[in-house]
Amino acid sequence: MNGRKEATLFVPCIIDGMYPEVGEAMVEVLRRLGVELCYPAGQTCCGQPAFKAGYRKEAVVAARHFIRTFESAGTVVCPSGSCVAMVRHRYPELFRDDPGWLEKARAVGGRVFELTEYLVDVLGIEDVGARYRGKVTYHDSCDLLRGLGVREQPRKLIGRVRDVEFVEMKDSERCCGFGGVFSFKYGDISTAILKDKVRNILDSGADTVVGCDMGCLMNIQGILSRTRHPVRAMHIAQLLAGSSDALPSPARRVPHPPCR
Amino acid sequence: MTRIRTELFRQEAGKALNNRHLQEALSDFQERISKATATAFSSLSDAEGLRLEARRARMRAIENLDVLLDRLADKILNRGGRVFFARDAREAVEYCLETARRLGVKKVVKGKSMVAEEIGLNEALQEADIQVCETDVGEFIVQLAGEPPSHIIAPAVHKTKVEVGRLFSEKLGIPYTDDPVALTRAARNALRQRFLEADMGISGCNLACAETGHITTVSNEGNIRMASTLPRVHIAIMGMERIAARLEDHDVLLRLLCMGAAGQRLAGYVSYLGGPRQPDQEDGPDEFHLVVLDNGRSRILADEDFREILCCIRCAACLNVCPVYGKIGGHAYGHVYCGPVGSVLTPLLVGVNRAKDLCLGETLCGACRDACPLHIDIPGMLLRLRSKLADGDDGWGVKRERPAEKLFFTLWAGLVRSPGLYALALTAAAFLQRLPPGAKDTITRLPYPFHEWTQSRDIKRLDGRAFRKRWKELR
Ligand code: SF4
Repeated sequence: MNGRKEATLFVPCIIDGMYPEVGEAMVEVLRRLGVELCYPAGQTCCGQPAFKAGYRKEAVVAARHFIRTFESAGTVVCPSGSCVAMVRHRYPELFRDDPGWLEKARAVGGRVFELTEYLVDVLGIEDVGARYRGKVTYHDSCDLLRGLGVREQPRKLIGRVRDVEFVEMKDSERCCGFGGVFSFKYGDISTAILKDKVRNILDSGADTVVGCDMGCLMNIQGILSRTRHPVRAMHIAQLLAGSSDALPSPARRVPHPPCR
Repeated sequence: MTRIRTELFRQEAGKALNNRHLQEALSDFQERISKATATAFSSLSDAEGLRLEARRARMRAIENLDVLLDRLADKILNRGGRVFFARDAREAVEYCLETARRLGVKKVVKGKSMVAEEIGLNEALQEADIQVCETDVGEFIVQLAGEPPSHIIAPAVHKTKVEVGRLFSEKLGIPYTDDPVALTRAARNALRQRFLEADMGISGCNLACAETGHITTVSNEGNIRMASTLPRVHIAIMGMERIAARLEDHDVLLRLLCMGAAGQRLAGYVSYLGGPRQPDQEDGPDEFHLVVLDNGRSRILADEDFREILCCIRCAACLNVCPVYGKIGGHAYGHVYCGPVGSVLTPLLVGVNRAKDLCLGETLCGACRDACPLHIDIPGMLLRLRSKLADGDDGWGVKRERPAEKLFFTLWAGLVRSPGLYALALTAAAFLQRLPPGAKDTITRLPYPFHEWTQSRDIKRLDGRAFRKRWKELR
């Protein structure tokens, strides 16, 4: 890693538009670790919503734009397992009959990492110097868990946050019922699945549920808010951004180079 | 012909969601069986290796289906059995009816067969004045109730013991009881009688083996063994894909089937049938028929995108982990194949438009692919089916659904490739979404077509200051 750490940010559309504070939290964490960041201003959406709804031609438009935007970037970091799974595993399928784009898609796919994957597997860091007072449980998002095989990384990171009491909920690996368009089209089935998830969260006794994908968290938070349960749904970046004063924090503001 | 009710998905799903008993039964069942299956797999020394081997064997078999089926048929013919290749449901049903007529069959006992359900055999036999009795206890119960099965392995999982008690006292004339042991005994007594009276047995086929020329049936109640040996004629019906090339492959698949289905190392009864009773044998039918059914399978075989679904051994492992199946049960799928496997297979068999809700009504969580002993990529195939619904597909005769949605995504595609417009649209949307009711940063009611979300959930409002704007200050 020759001392210099740099990464290019991909902030997916839900976070960009609805939860910009999650993007900020990620920036905070990465800078605290001394990672130089750049953010290509031309980025939009990875194409996942269209792809999952069946609109492949439209998803290809988004995918091409994504590839062009990040083609020249080095390591790309994204706080969403499903978007990373989209780029890494679905782009090759979208371009399976288009060798030129397929090659580009594979190249970009090999350099895109989900945040916790990046921290633990690429940087080799589990302790990001965070502190959070609370009882935390973790929800495994489907694409992150089954698509990317990321299970331990977030748990390791949570485990190293000061003052956190971690509890596993029952069936943490079971879907929360979001499924993108599914939750809008089949609201009642989605809700029935979601209610099980919420029961498991409440039964765990946690006051905070942490996840790595804002889609699931939006779903979970949506019903918690409606039913006025005081449990907080929180993106892992936000948990990790809560800093610990006791720890020496490396240069908080790393100057960043312009994006290539 | 069996009734296809895939269009009623929403309605049936809604009913299921409101049925408290069903909800409890399904969640208990899923919890129990999926754990048992997972434990059984983890007890194998090389579960992953076994799965890969099985998958390879399945794919190989499917690619050489014609040769293997010929080999199987030859062996059965040599032993004095008969083999009939049915192109569709009608041909298969006709063949069974003709055989029954020729032999003057009045009573039939059946062992669990989804293919028979697929072709509507029971209805056809009954119309021909032939009594049909299902002999798997679960199937027996749903038959008495006049319902289709709701789970591949546990057909009556949706019934409580109280319901079964009432059903039995009404239909079998026994005093009411909800004691499972007493109920089982009652079923056994009733079934014994049927076995002894029947002149024809019909079964499905869990697997066939080309090398040995046998078909294999498994059960935990011994009923299929009785149905295939007691009556004087036996008809086995198999989907044309259910074949393994070699005994070795067959063995691996059989183990995975029992494990995936119920976490067992092997089912209670495994029968290998390869023809009528031979001169030196005591048991077995005078006539043995094998009906090999296509009914749309060769069309699936011809499409590389979906061929993989023919690897399925109907173990139901995917049903037992599916969050959607766990809430809506099997009847909502409107056809014999339910759960994740059904959501792919049914549209391909009955028409994608007709079964569109099956393709769209899944969360794509991927638990089915993980649980499947053959790692069949069900979510991947669902995505491909969705793309046919989105754009239409001549090959499969699919018409485009939801033109408004198409328009939405066309506009969306225009935005995502022009960052300037995209940012502008985001700002505009952030402004507009101040209109729907709710608190400062949450919306409690979204307009059509997003309204279903907010029936149970709030949604956060767009932030006027998107990350793309904030970044400028973070720099
Ligand atoms: S798709 Fe896989 S898990 Fe589901 S029934 Fe078929 S073989 Fe079993």
